[in-house]
This record gives sequence, structure tokens and C-alpha cells, in this order.
Amino acid sequence: MRIAGTLSGVPALTMAETIVLEGVTKRFPGVVANDRVDLAIRAGEVHVLLGENGAGKSTLIDMLSGVQQPDGGRILIDGKVATISSPKLALALGIGTVFQHTMLVPTLTAGENLLLGAPWWRLPKKSELKARVAEISKDLGLAIDLNARAADLSLGEQQQVEILRALLRQSRVLILDESTSMLTPKGIEDLGALMRKLAKQGLAIVFITHKLKEAVAFGDRISVLKLGRKVGEITAEELKSRDNHTIIAEIVELMFGRRSGDPETGRREARALPAAAPLLEVRGLTLPAASGHHGLKSISFDVRPGEILGIAGIDGNGQKQLAEALAGQRKAAAGSIRLNGADLMSRSQAERRAMGLRYLTDDRLGEGTVGALAVATNFFLKEIGREPLWRRGIEQRRAIASRAAALVKQYDVRTPSVHTPVGRLSGGNIQKLIIARELVEGARAIIFNKPTHGLDLSNTLATRHRIREIAAAGMSVVLISTDLEELLALADRIAVMSGGAISGFVDNGEAAHSAIGRLMIGLAA
Amino acid sequence: MIIERISMALGPIAVALLFAGIILIIAGVNPVSYYAYVLQRGLFSWIGLQQTLTRMAPLLFIAASLIVAFRAGIWNLGTDGQFLLGAVTAAAAAPLLVTVIPVWLAVSLSMVLATAVAMLWSLLPALLRAYQGVNEIITTLMMTFLGISFANVLVKLVFLDPATTVPQTRTLAVENRLPRLFDTTITSGVIMGIVAVVAVHLMMTRTSFGLKLRVVGANPRAALHAGLNVPTLTISVFALSAGLAGLAGAVDILGVYGNVRADWNPAYGMAVIPVVFLSRMNGFAAIAFVFLFSVLSIGGESAARRLGVPQDFTLVFVAITLIVLALAEYMAQRRAAVREA
Repeated sequence: MRIAGTLSGVPALTMAETIVLEGVTKRFPGVVANDRVDLAIRAGEVHVLLGENGAGKSTLIDMLSGVQQPDGGRILIDGKVATISSPKLALALGIGTVFQHTMLVPTLTAGENLLLGAPWWRLPKKSELKARVAEISKDLGLAIDLNARAADLSLGEQQQVEILRALLRQSRVLILDESTSMLTPKGIEDLGALMRKLAKQGLAIVFITHKLKEAVAFGDRISVLKLGRKVGEITAEELKSRDNHTIIAEIVELMFGRRSGDPETGRREARALPAAAPLLEVRGLTLPAASGHHGLKSISFDVRPGEILGIAGIDGNGQKQLAEALAGQRKAAAGSIRLNGADLMSRSQAERRAMGLRYLTDDRLGEGTVGALAVATNFFLKEIGREPLWRRGIEQRRAIASRAAALVKQYDVRTPSVHTPVGRLSGGNIQKLIIARELVEGARAIIFNKPTHGLDLSNTLATRHRIREIAAAGMSVVLISTDLEELLALADRIAVMSGGAISGFVDNGEAAHSAIGRLMIGLAA
Repeated sequence: MIIERISMALGPIAVALLFAGIILIIAGVNPVSYYAYVLQRGLFSWIGLQQTLTRMAPLLFIAASLIVAFRAGIWNLGTDGQFLLGAVTAAAAAPLLVTVIPVWLAVSLSMVLATAVAMLWSLLPALLRAYQGVNEIITTLMMTFLGISFANVLVKLVFLDPATTVPQTRTLAVENRLPRLFDTTITSGVIMGIVAVVAVHLMMTRTSFGLKLRVVGANPRAALHAGLNVPTLTISVFALSAGLAGLAGAVDILGVYGNVRADWNPAYGMAVIPVVFLSRMNGFAAIAFVFLFSVLSIGGESAARRLGVPQDFTLVFVAITLIVLALAEYMAQRRAAVREA
């Protein structure tokens, strides 16, 4: 190693700042992905970037690895202002990135993958590689078989190969982007140990995660990002001097706490709900776990007419599976779903929709709409073939266009025309279209999955206003959101999901905020 | 808008003519006289025009077959196998059936049988794609490989006409074939082909079934979210596409050839794929491009005999057109991107 061992034991305060970000800002149409972020990355330190999906972690990493350029602020490398104009330049500056999904060529061996990227006229130096890998591996306690095909390696081993590649290229800064999200618990532990060793050898490590426990376990310094802003930093001294529970509580406060700049910090006015019988009743809804999700573990809840039930939880704890199982898009293994007393479990997706259960997906372009098809067609995507817009299977173009025009007006969808491909609209307008589609005729219970995710402020507020209206009209609302503020502003009651199960219900009120935060990270309320 | 579209389609053809001309010059052939000869033989002579229109019949059915599949996002590259098995089925059935039932019924029934056999041949790729997500490009290509051999086996061993020395099926008498148009040699199959393409076009653009297929093709996840039965729709696409390809084979046999000889494989499917892409999977444009392709291949076949340019040159020309088209599209997008920025 180039800078082996020399820095270990040096106090954090005097450590060299390898990279400094000053007021870095990045805007995308309608969204500020990073808003004046300051960050210092020091040699010999594991710097954790913690934040929810959409907090701006990935954009920050893209700018450090040369994939994106900041719109404002500056990046200093070794104290000098630098422009990282391309991934190639980032590598040359000593910034290596290991992305969430490994970038190895699966059909080549680990060794061949490491040799890639050299100029084409040079012969690959296999023996030199072997020697260098052996040297690095010995220090770090890695055991990678260079002759194994990348596809045959476990995900953890593939990441080790990528880390090796970064080290072989003399990286001084190693960025690990959500590297633990696909790993087994053992793999996570190994990676954590490896990070600690690398830091000890003097590397600067940036570790991106949305898992609190890993952040506390592996980090020397934790920066919390929220909605594009850096909302707080926990320094190495603080991490060392306090026990894990205090730290976690502090981070929860940073991640989910109220701040003056948040949209809608005003308190929700308590609403008196009529004491009606539940409209939507879910009992023991179960889905076996599969690759990529936890499944559902006997989910039960009631929603009364006019009530908004919030579903809180860190992303990926079964919220989407719950929504899909309710809507009939995913077949549940057991349990019952009743809407106004009628059984839904035996019904198809279309029948559930016709009976009044509507589901608004969070993936608006990926599955909510067909980007290449016209706005008008997308309004009726779930009604294809129904009278009166289709007669005996024949499209009634004029009826469809005029119906669509009416919806565009009613829901204020900003589109050049109803014939415009929906993919050209902004996220907020696509969301309006989807809301219109799901509210049309006979809606009784509505499931929103992250309805304001990725929207700008005005569209976020408009969507929230619409959700309140829906509840006020006597419909039942299930509001899935990872934005705790949103839930506190809208919901009457909040259920917290964790690992595919509901870990508790909290009535929205004074103490709700901290109770939910504790439930979200697996502590008792 | 329309003018822009037509120029986007015809511009590349003009550029391709230029490039192909250069290749001809390198090959020692005068491009002007080659093109003139091709047009003369494929379009401007009455005999050539009749041949051109007759050739269109199977090509149109294949175009219809590919439009259904491609628009639904199913890459059925197995039309050649489906075509040949349809052809062999029709060639085996028709001469037998005419001896027992009226001719019109025998011919119709043969077409139905050919369609059914071709559909059956696509069942395995269809099931694999619908329920296991196995890539249909590979399975349909493999089924074509098998289908071509299987068709040959059938011709040589099962449906062999004992009365001839060349291995071929029994020949359907000329008077029993699909009627010709008026006093010409043009087969009525071309009318059926046009009807098929237009019907497919209208189905895809005007019916709820076609819209469902387009949704599946454009965004399968949105189709699932909208509650469409994706596996069933996938299987229907395979059935429709393969059936039309089988029908193409039946029309070619019942209208033109009358029998299938051993080792016969015109490989229309592979030739029509670029034509369908050129037409952007639009039915009416496909009819025009199939006509153009027919002119080129009939003219090209004559030119091959006369000028010694291999008839494969037609395919070279189509390929060049396609590449130029892709480049033109790329440049148009770049220009649009620059304008937006």
C-alpha cells in the first residue's frame, strides 16, 4: 500500500482533509437534489452519508465520481479547487467508487476484471497483478480467487474485487454506494471490518447507507442528509463519547425531526371522525418472503370512512408489497381483505378496482403510466375495453378525447394536449393524471404509495391538499410514506412497518413523532 | 408533420441508393443501368409488375405477422419456420382435400390447417415466454431451425409425391389454386395480404385488444399494474403472429407454387423484418415498403441473370437503407436535443 499504516492512531482533528465540498448544489427540473451541502472527507476516516431514498446521497456521489457536475458551490481536492469533469478524471484524482450494483463483467474471471481498463496497446501483466493483489490482500485479510468467474463469486466477494480494483488504481478515496443493501448479515459484517482496516491504512472512505445500525457500527463520522440538505453531522468525538442509544436517538431526530425549512411544519388540526364502522378491514394478510423483499407477516388494520391511516417505515420494509397485495397486483398467501363488508381476497385486480379500492403506485413512470402512449390513453389504462369509451372492443376516439379533456381541466393537469405522450409531462402532472384516474367514479378506499416522492414543493402541497379532500369526502385512505412529516401532517393514525410486519400503531398527536421514530428503527414505542 | 415523416422514410432510401451505387461501381457494374434494369423488370414491364404483385402476397402476411408481434414487444424471429410448416401443411392437405370436398372448401380448410400448425409450432416459445420469461428471440430462432428441418423431413418422407422423381409434395392443379385477378397472373393472395395488414393495423390502433397488446409491449410492468392478464396476452400474440406466418406459407403454396419441393426455403421472414422496421410498424407504410421490396427483389432476380449481380444485392440494399435510417434518426434526435438545450 502506498500510504500504509502511517496515519493510524493520529487524532481525527489533525487529519488531512482530502476532499472538501463547499455549498455544493445540484438542481434537476423541478427538484433540488443537493442544496448547499458542505462536507469534508478526511484520510483515515469512514465518513457515513445517511439518509432516506431521495435525500440526495446518490447525486452527491455522482458529483464526486464525475458523473454529474454541480450547479453551484465548489469541490476542493487537497485544498485546491477541482472540477471532476468525468469518471475517468475522478479515477485519476484517486477517487474510486463501488456502486450499489457491481460493475464486473460476469463472464470474465476476477483477475481479468481487474486487468480491464488499461490502454489497449499494453499487454495485461498477469504476474504483476497477482503479486500486487497478494500484497494488498495480505494486509486486508482478503482471499479472492483471481481465477474464479465473476458470476460465480458471491455479491460480497464481487464487492471485494471492486474494492481491490479501486486500490490497484491507487485510490485515496473510496466511495461505497449502498454497498450493504444486497449483502447477507455476514457479508455486511465482513465489509464493515474491511472498511475499518482500509481506514486504518489511511484511506478516506465514504460509506452511503440508509441503515442506522451500520452507520453507527462502522462510521467515524456521520453526516445526515434530508431532502437534499445536510441536516446534521455527528463527529468522531461525539461518536466515541456517547453510547449507541443516544447517538441513534440523535440521528432519528435529525432524519425525521421537524425543521423550519420543511414544507408544511404546521400542526395538523385534530379531526373528529364519525364513529362509523370500518370501511376497509384487513386481517392477517400474509405473503411469503422472496428475493428482494421481506414478504408480509400477518398484517391487520382497519380504516374507517374519512380516516387517513398512515403507514410509516424505512423504505423497503414491505410497504410496496402491502399496497400490491391490497390492490390484487400481488397474490397474498393468506388473510382477508374486506371493503364495506364485501370480501376482496377472491377478487381480481379489476374487480377490486370496480368495487372501489384504488391504488396509486409510487413508480409513476415505471408502472403507473406508459410513457409512449398519449395522456388520454393513460387516463383509461385500467379501463381498457370498458363501455362507453370502447364499444364492442372498438375505441371511441372522440369520447376518449373529450373525457380526457374534462379530466385534464378538473385535475389541472398541465399538458400541451391530451394526445401528448405522457412521458413528456413533469412528475407532478403525471401524479395529477394518476390521481384523476384512480378517483374516477366509485372510489371508496384509496391506497397512496409515496404520493409526493420526487415532486417539487408546489406539487407536493397540491397532492397533500388532494389527499385531505379525499378523506373529507368520506373515503378511506391508506397513506404509505417514508416522509414522517407528511404522515404527521395528514394521517389520523400511523402504523409503523418494519421487516414486513406492523410493529405498532400510533395515534397522531403530541407524542407521535418520537414514538414513530423509535418504532421505525426497531425499538419499542 | 406528414411531410417530415415521409422525408424521414424516403431520404434514407435516396442516400442508400447512393451508397449501394458505390458498391456496384466497385463491383464493376454501372449503377444507373442496374437501377434502371431493376425498375424496368420489377415495375415498368407488365410481366414484371404482375410478378411483383404476386410476390407481395406472402410478404404482406409476414409483415402483418411481424407487426402484431413487434408492436406487442414480442420478437418473433421464427416466422420462417412457421411459414414453411404452414406451407407444407397446405401443400399436403389441399391436393388430398380437393378429391373429397368442393375446391373452395378444400382451399379454405387447407389455409385453416396451415394457420393451426404454425400456431402450434409457436406454442413452446409462447409458453416459455409467458410463464418462465424465457427470451423468445432465442427460442423462436431455434424453433425455426428445427422447423425448417422438420418441414424437409415431412416433404421427403411423409408427403412425398410418388409420381415424381424430385422429392416434392403432390402438386395442386392450377385450376384448383387461389383465383388469379381478372386476366392477369396476379394472385388474389395479394388482396388477402393487404386485407390482413390493414386488419392488423386497425386491430392494433383502434381496438381495446390491440391497445392491451401495445401496453404490454411498451411497458410490461404498467400492464401488470393495470391488471392485464399478461401471460394470456403474450400467448395470443404468439398465436396471431405465428398463424399469420403460417397463412403466408399457405397463400404462397395455394396461390403460386402448388407444391413444396425439398429444401425449399425462401426465408421471407428474415427479409421482411427490416422492411417492417423501415415502416415503423405502421401497416399502411408496410404495404408501401413491401411493394418497394418486391419490385427490388423481382427486378434484382432478373438483374442477377442479366448483369451478374447476385440477387442478394437486394438485401444488401435494404440493409444499407436501414443503417442510413438509424443514422438519420440519431441525427434528428441530436438536433432536437441541441434545440432543447
